[in-house]
This record gives sequence, structure tokens and C-alpha cells, in this order.
Amino acid sequence: MGTHNHQTIQPHNHTAMTIIEIKELFKTYNDSEVEVHAVNGVDLNIEEGEFTAIVGPSGSGKTTLLNMLGGLDQPTSGNIRIDDTDLGKLKSSQLIDFRMKNIGFVFQSYNLIPVLTAKENVEFVMHLQGRPKKEREARTMQLLEAVGLKGREDSRPSKLSGGQQQRVAVARALASKPKFVLADEPTANLDSKSTENLLNIMEELNKQEKITFIFSTHDQRVVNKAHRVITLEDGKIISDNRKK
Amino acid sequence: MRTNLKIAWRNLWRNKRRTLITVASIFFGVLLSAYMTSMQEGSYEKMVDMVVKYYSGAMQVHHENYWESKSINDTFEESQDLNQLILANEEVDFVIPRLESFALASSEELTKGVMVVGTVPEPENRLTSLKNNVRQGSYLSDNDQGLLIGEGLADYLRLGINDTLVMISQGYHGISAAGKYPVRGIIKHASPELNKMIVYMELKNCQEFFSANNRLTSLVVNIKDNNELEKSLRKLRETLNSPYSIMSWQEMSPEMVQQIESDRAGGIIMKAVLYIVIGFGILGTIMMMIAERRREFGVMIAIGMQRYKLATILFYETLFIGMIGALSGLLISIPLLSFQAQNPIPLTGQAALVMEDYGFEPYMFFSTEPSVFWHQALTVFLITLVIALYPIFSANRMKLINALHA
Repeated sequence: MGTHNHQTIQPHNHTAMTIIEIKELFKTYNDSEVEVHAVNGVDLNIEEGEFTAIVGPSGSGKTTLLNMLGGLDQPTSGNIRIDDTDLGKLKSSQLIDFRMKNIGFVFQSYNLIPVLTAKENVEFVMHLQGRPKKEREARTMQLLEAVGLKGREDSRPSKLSGGQQQRVAVARALASKPKFVLADEPTANLDSKSTENLLNIMEELNKQEKITFIFSTHDQRVVNKAHRVITLEDGKIISDNRKK
Repeated sequence: MRTNLKIAWRNLWRNKRRTLITVASIFFGVLLSAYMTSMQEGSYEKMVDMVVKYYSGAMQVHHENYWESKSINDTFEESQDLNQLILANEEVDFVIPRLESFALASSEELTKGVMVVGTVPEPENRLTSLKNNVRQGSYLSDNDQGLLIGEGLADYLRLGINDTLVMISQGYHGISAAGKYPVRGIIKHASPELNKMIVYMELKNCQEFFSANNRLTSLVVNIKDNNELEKSLRKLRETLNSPYSIMSWQEMSPEMVQQIESDRAGGIIMKAVLYIVIGFGILGTIMMMIAERRREFGVMIAIGMQRYKLATILFYETLFIGMIGALSGLLISIPLLSFQAQNPIPLTGQAALVMEDYGFEPYMFFSTEPSVFWHQALTVFLITLVIALYPIFSANRMKLINALHA
């Protein structure tokens, strides 16, 4: 394992509750002849209600870190605890359930279910959770209104612009009232107007619903909006800055 | 479940053309297979009818040595007790006493070997509907002294109604049999082979001709429901003792049973090939559907859909394709084959001659037995079930992170 300088970066003192605790996290790929340390000893705490951006050049390990944080990928070693749940100890089906209840995802390519309308996409996770129809519908309409898509609820993704699709994706991610939302380069495919619009919506939801957002991004506009910016390089955290 | 069904249904129509091509392959497969089966079963039904309905009946009681010797000496005495014993079985409908043998039949200039069947006209008609097949003259009546002969035989011997037919043969225990009889009617027998050689006589008249008074070669046993054949055969075997023996039509015509079985096996191989082709067609479509939606599946699992639920959606999609194909195939094949069953295809030329040489009517007959149709539906359903295992395994084996990056 390579050296890492995680000890030098400590979170600020605060009163908020830690919801994500990452310890000694490593992810090593042995696919080729050379070992690649995609995540190379990361220690990190994320507090409830944070609006955090993980930045860094391509190949710095942002997406890998986010994937492990979301339970989509397994670390080679190390530990991720979310609200006292050790992700490494969950079986595959328990992990799926855990994601459904606790984590919202926003992907770079929106990844909406193409055969479902905007409304049905937002409702989908609540469906999986077995929420009653009335509650589902009310929450869906509230979220679609919040992301500015009232009136487009019956449109399928193919009939929506990229920005609109990403807003539906944000609404979907929030539908289950997750503990936090992971957004992997959410603005990468959006124009500047849609980016600004989306960021404002997410910031507003972060404030209103106290939902923690964690982005991986290259986009300076996202960085500017973030309250905390964590910089990764070669799989290590090289800086962790909070804005006042 | 409703959401899963909705997603599966909508997914089918994401690539309409591909789905329709797959559905069409199943549709044509079912149609072709139903058509082929209907034609096969139709011809078997006709063959069996020819033997059972137009001649042998479902079962026959003989003297225990008769089937081996086929001799008029191995006959048994007609007895009301025997009739009652057989009729006491609830599956048995009615019996026909017969005396059968062969004779040389001559008209003014020509002679031909004929099969002589002495029978009781009314029950005989109940089984064979011979009365409807009378082309000239009239059907036999009780105590009739005349004959009913096949059209082919009449043509060969150049006989018409009220002409005289002379017959000679060997009677019971070697007594010579000879007689001359007026032709009462000319029939077109359903079996082309029998049409050329059959002579029906009233039973008493026949017994007199063969000097076999009150003797029978067979007692044709007809049952109410042919599906009960095995059961009633078993019961009658337990009831009848020596010197009687009872045989089913299958035992009396083993060559035909064998011919049907081997032909049926050939048909099964053909249909298997057809269904294998269809099966791979469906599998190809399903594989493509899965390959191009790996990322979507990854996302669904990522946001909280259990793999078994994803597998269920894929299972529904496979099932929908199979069902639409099979149902549309059935929807067209049922009326089409019902029409064909009412209007068998006549064969002409060499094909017709070959059929007639084999003793069959020169037509392609069709069956509308429910099994012709539901077998196809069941086969497609089973193929679909087997193919549906692929997406189930695929969903369970899928590496989430790879799927998300697909």
C-alpha cells in the first residue's frame, strides 16, 4: 500500500452529526500487470446536511470513492460506516435495501428509466419502498415542483432536455428521503444555464430538507457552490476546505 | 407487481421492430406447427376412422384361435348370454354380430376374390353409417336375401342393381359354399381398398351360405366413449373366458398403429427443429435486450431494486413475447384449421393414386382436436420458460459496477 497523508487533514470542529465515516479506505485494481491504487488510504467524515464537492483530475479516484460510498463497489480494505452501519458487513441484498432507504444517486448521464414518465421515475424508489400511493404521489408532485418540472410529469425522458432529465434524476434521488445524495459529475453533460439551475435546486433542497449532498465534479461552478471541497489526487485526499 | 408488469410491457415496445420480428417468428412457428400437427393428426384420425368406424369397431370378441387361423372353423356360437355379459359393462354401447370370410365372386364374365361380411343391418349401420354410402339401390333389410357390394367391385364385375352375383367358397368344416344373390345396393365404402372387394350380406343369409348356422367370427363391441377403450378392454378381459378372446382395434391393426407412431415421431422431430430455431430467435432477442440495457439494470439495482425483482421484469418480458406470439398463432390457426377440417384438400394425379393404393381416400384431412392447438401453446410456453432462465441468471450474475459503466 502506498503512503497517504490523510492524517494531516482533519475535519473542522462542529456540532453536526457525522453520518459517513470512512477509515483507511483502499481500492486497488490488479486488472493489468500494474497495480493501480484508485483510492489510496482515505479517511473522511461527512456530516449531516453538508454540501460537499469532491474534486480532482481524471483518474484521481473521485468516482471510485463515490461508488464505494454508495455501496456500489467494494473496497479492497478499509471501512465505511453510515450511521453506525458498516457497509462491508452487509450482504448484497441487504446492501441494495440499504441504498434504497438511505442513499440517493444522481448520475452523470441521468440514467432515468426510459420507459417510465418523469413522475413514474420519481415514484419508482418509493414504489420499491412500498410507500402508499397517496404519499408517493404527493411527494412526487412536491419534488417535481421543487425542480421546476411541474407540468412535465407525464413526459418520458426522451421528451425532456438534458437539464430537465437531470432535474428528474435529482427528484428521484430525493424521493426516498435519503440520508445523503451522491452525485457523480451531475453537471458534466449540461449547459451553463441548466447547470446553474440544477445547482440552485440542489442547494435549495439541501437547505430545506437538510439532505447531505456529495458531488464528484470537475466543474468549477459546482465547486463554487459547495460548502466543503475535498481534493483528491492519486487516490489520496490532498486538501479538505470548508467555506464559511 | 403492476409496476413490474408495466415496465416489462413498455420495454417490449422500445424496439418495436425487433419485438415484432420475434413475435412473428413465434407466430409462424405456432401456425406452421399447428398446421403440420393438424394435418398429421387429421390423417391418423381418418386412418383410425377407416378401421374403427367403418369396419372393425373399437373391440372385437373372437374365438380364441380365430385371429391366428382366420378360419371359419374357429367361430363361436351366437349367444344372448354372451351379448348380455358384454352389454352389462356400462362403457359398452352396442354389439354387432358378424360372420366374415372370403369367397370367389363371379358375374357373367368376370370373377374376383371378395370379402364377405354377414351382419345385422341396423346395428351395422349404426357403426359404419353404410346406409348413407349407398350409391345405387337400397340398404339391406332384416332377412334380406340380397347383397350390398362395394362400388369398385361392382365396376370390376360390371354389375348393377338386381344383377346376380354368384359366390363360391369353403363353408364351415369344409362344406362347400355356393350361392347366387341379387345385388340389392351398391355402396361407396370409405376405405378404397374395401370398396373394391367388400360384399355385405344379412347375417342369417351369410350363415346359411357358409353352412355356419348360428355361428359368428366376431362380435364387434362398440363403446360410448373411445377414451374409455383401455378401461373397458381391461374389464371385458376379466369378464370373458375361454373360448373367447377380445382384442382392441390397435391389436387387430398393429401395422397401422406402428405406422402412425413412426410418422408421429417424424413430425415431432420436424417440430423440434422448428421450435429450436424459434427458441434461438427468442434467446437472441432477449440477449440483445439485456446487453443494450446493462447500464439501466445497473441503475435499477443501484437505486434499490432487488435483483430478483429485476429478473422478474425480464421474465415477464420473455413471457410476453412468447405469449403474444403463441396467442396470435393460435388465433389464426384455430379458424384456419377449422375451415380446413371442413374442407379437406383433395389430392390429384400420382399422389391421389398412391393414396388409393394404400387404401386411403385421396384427401389431406385436418384435425381440430384441442391438443393440436394447446400442445403448441404449451411448447412455446415451456421454451419461453427455459429461455427466461437466461435473464434471471444474467440479472443475478451481473456485476453492478461493470453494469453501471456499460
